[in-house]
Amino acid sequence: MLELKDKLVLALGERDGIPAPAIRACAESAGGQVVYNVTQCFV
Amino acid sequence: MDLEEQGAIQRLVEGRDRDRMVVLLGTPTAGSTMMVALTLTQGDPSYAGPLAGVPLGLPVYHVLEEQVKAAIPADVYEREIGPMEFVLDASAIVSAMGRAREQAA
Repeated sequence: MLELKDKLVLALGERDGIPAPAIRACAESAGGQVVYNVTQCFV
Repeated sequence: MDLEEQGAIQRLVEGRDRDRMVVLLGTPTAGSTMMVALTLTQGDPSYAGPLAGVPLGLPVYHVLEEQVKAAIPADVYEREIGPMEFVLDASAIVSAMGRAREQAA
């Protein structure tokens, strides 16, 4: 299992996949600190 | 991954405690997963951006990988990721992560 507690998380989402806010919510719920997040869009 | 984003991540990694950093991807395909994972471990494979020739060596995971899912409270994962877990080709994405790690090793 990946340990996220006290990690600095870079959440790189994508509009056609999983957006960054969803990744952020997951990371923070596991004790990680999100230091960068972006949702890319290639349309 | 666009050039501006590569630069932003490079500055972030060089300016903070990189040993504590973990990248979580939400890319939709095996191809995009592979491209971003390689960019953040070995450097930009297209040699177009600031990370060309810059192997950051960051630990990179996709949120659909079991080891990530296991780290997140089940109710949160179900709410935030659940629907897309069945829309995206998870097995292809997980395989791409495995290939990216092999190349980075």
